[in-house]
Amino acid sequence: MSVESIHVPASREQRPADLPVWQVRIGTRLSRAAAVAGIVLVAVLAALPAIASRNLIQDLIFVFTMLTLAQLWNVLAGWGGLVSVGQQAFVGLGAYALFAAIVMAGLDPVAAIPLAGLFAALIAAVLGPLLFRLEGPYFAIGSWVAAEALRLICAQFKSLGGGTGMSISPSELSQMFGLKAVQALLGLRPAAARDVLVYWLALLLAVLVTLGIYAFIRSRHGLALAASRDNAAAARSVGVRTARIRHLLWIAVAFATGMVGAVVYLQKARISPDAAFSVTDWTAYVIFIVVIGGVRTIEGPMVGVLLLWGLVTYLAQYGSLYLVVLGTLAILIMLFMPQGVWGAAARRWQVQLFPTQRWLGRSR
Amino acid sequence: MSGFDTIIEGVLLGGVYALFALGLSLIFGIMRLVNLAHGDLILLAAYLVLSATTALGLPLAAAALLVVVTMFVLGFVLQRLVLEPVLGDDILPPLLVTFGLSIVIQNGLLLGYGADSRRLQAGAFESSSVTLAPGLSVGLAPLTALVTAIAAVALLQVIFYRTSLGRAFRATADNPAIAQLMGVNERNVYAIAVGLSLAVSVIAAVVFGIRASFDPSIGPARLLYAFEAVIIGGLGSLWGTLAGGIVLGLAQAIGGRINPEWQILAGHLAFLAVLMVRPRGLFPARRT
Repeated sequence: MSVESIHVPASREQRPADLPVWQVRIGTRLSRAAAVAGIVLVAVLAALPAIASRNLIQDLIFVFTMLTLAQLWNVLAGWGGLVSVGQQAFVGLGAYALFAAIVMAGLDPVAAIPLAGLFAALIAAVLGPLLFRLEGPYFAIGSWVAAEALRLICAQFKSLGGGTGMSISPSELSQMFGLKAVQALLGLRPAAARDVLVYWLALLLAVLVTLGIYAFIRSRHGLALAASRDNAAAARSVGVRTARIRHLLWIAVAFATGMVGAVVYLQKARISPDAAFSVTDWTAYVIFIVVIGGVRTIEGPMVGVLLLWGLVTYLAQYGSLYLVVLGTLAILIMLFMPQGVWGAAARRWQVQLFPTQRWLGRSR
Repeated sequence: MSGFDTIIEGVLLGGVYALFALGLSLIFGIMRLVNLAHGDLILLAAYLVLSATTALGLPLAAAALLVVVTMFVLGFVLQRLVLEPVLGDDILPPLLVTFGLSIVIQNGLLLGYGADSRRLQAGAFESSSVTLAPGLSVGLAPLTALVTAIAAVALLQVIFYRTSLGRAFRATADNPAIAQLMGVNERNVYAIAVGLSLAVSVIAAVVFGIRASFDPSIGPARLLYAFEAVIIGGLGSLWGTLAGGIVLGLAQAIGGRINPEWQILAGHLAFLAVLMVRPRGLFPARRT
């Protein structure tokens, strides 16, 4: 229901100066209903571990973490114009920071998750100024190079398993914060309880990241970001600090991406440089989700992740063929439905559950 | 003498990287398109040459020529059917389409050829070496790679600055709308550029496939080396790209000398270092 006003000099129509002629609206009646439905859905999902099978919980951890990564990539590349093909760098860094914190520093895994995010953000802050020297499409490959370099550097740490990776033993995770409470609450074994705990963490991250991005895009900073993407020179001329807003976005996205990496690998409990920095798992899938769902919409990644989940469930057994299908589908969508499934549906039926566009209308 | 060997090795390796980079540089220069599938297309070319030599029993040179023609046509069609509709002001669609293409080609090759390492057979040529100076002999294959790279750059320079096609390339790169007013068919120019890029990539693929074994998963790494060579050398200069390839090759050879695990990493770090010190590359074009 955010309503901003633009004051127009009321010379011709002799209106009182304090009454705006034009109003900018973002919310709709449907979006308010969607917000209520969203709250109910999140509550149901939060309560789900009480009845769901362990398989479903693990599947939903995949859905939530991929959704979070997709929302993050969408804000970075879609709204921000920073098309990164190197987001696996921050998943990997977050995962490695988590393992380092647990194995070397003996920290509690749950407490280590935000630290993992901070570590990823720190590296992003260092890399950002370098990579931003590359224009548009060159930034894409530059970020990929950075991710590869970081993968090779992580493989040098022998205490973290070197090139082959390492596992965390269940006993090291048995004292994890909240684990005993979950075990007692749901009457589960430690391994299943760990999944539930990770499930809640993943759900929490997905909700916080989605809401955070939604609020950001609807704020004036979101408008400034879109302006920087569409025409940096024009944006600067009206006072938008384009370089700063992109750099901060890059760091914030790295922070959240690092936390997702930590959560994913807390569940896997096994890490290797090739897996943690995999361009297929952490960037190709994520891009697929956003493209197929709809770039520059909040709903798009949600639709996309459900489609990916369906494809993974039925096609993943076919290995390479499955990725050929995924890639072909993404190309066809870009060619014939560039707004994605949700984007096309939203345009056709004029529905927006999480509206981010602004409408200019006469105030009543 | 071993330090000197490393330098020779690096320079020769740089020839291969420059060949990887030329195709990428070409279509970026003309149509501002960064082809994320470039590395996988090089691999596709290598596999096609492999098939032409093994399945059709052609000699390597004939196979390469056949694949050059095939890849040119493929590039032309690719541009017309897939890339042209997504080219525009928004950089996202072409990047995503070429990224999708990369995934499709890589996994398609995996389906067609399996994950085993392959190599192009060039007979005695592979192992023979020439003596440049007393006590200094280099492999014939790596030397050919460097000479080929130099020849390819020279040839592209001639095409760019001495032919009407090159004039159309440069005019379209500068201003597509005005080039069209002057009677240049923009669609054809772009399609020929992509075709030429892939044809050059075949040369890169053959030279690389003789020197080293390859498997379907290494395409993206070729893209990264090509890209690093372009950026280190400086955008918009083909000779710069050759120099960039050599710098990258040197960095990898020296890194690998110190510790075999550091070879690739040293290349990436050299790239990041150049980006830090000279963001426009070592030999940028005078014209911006």
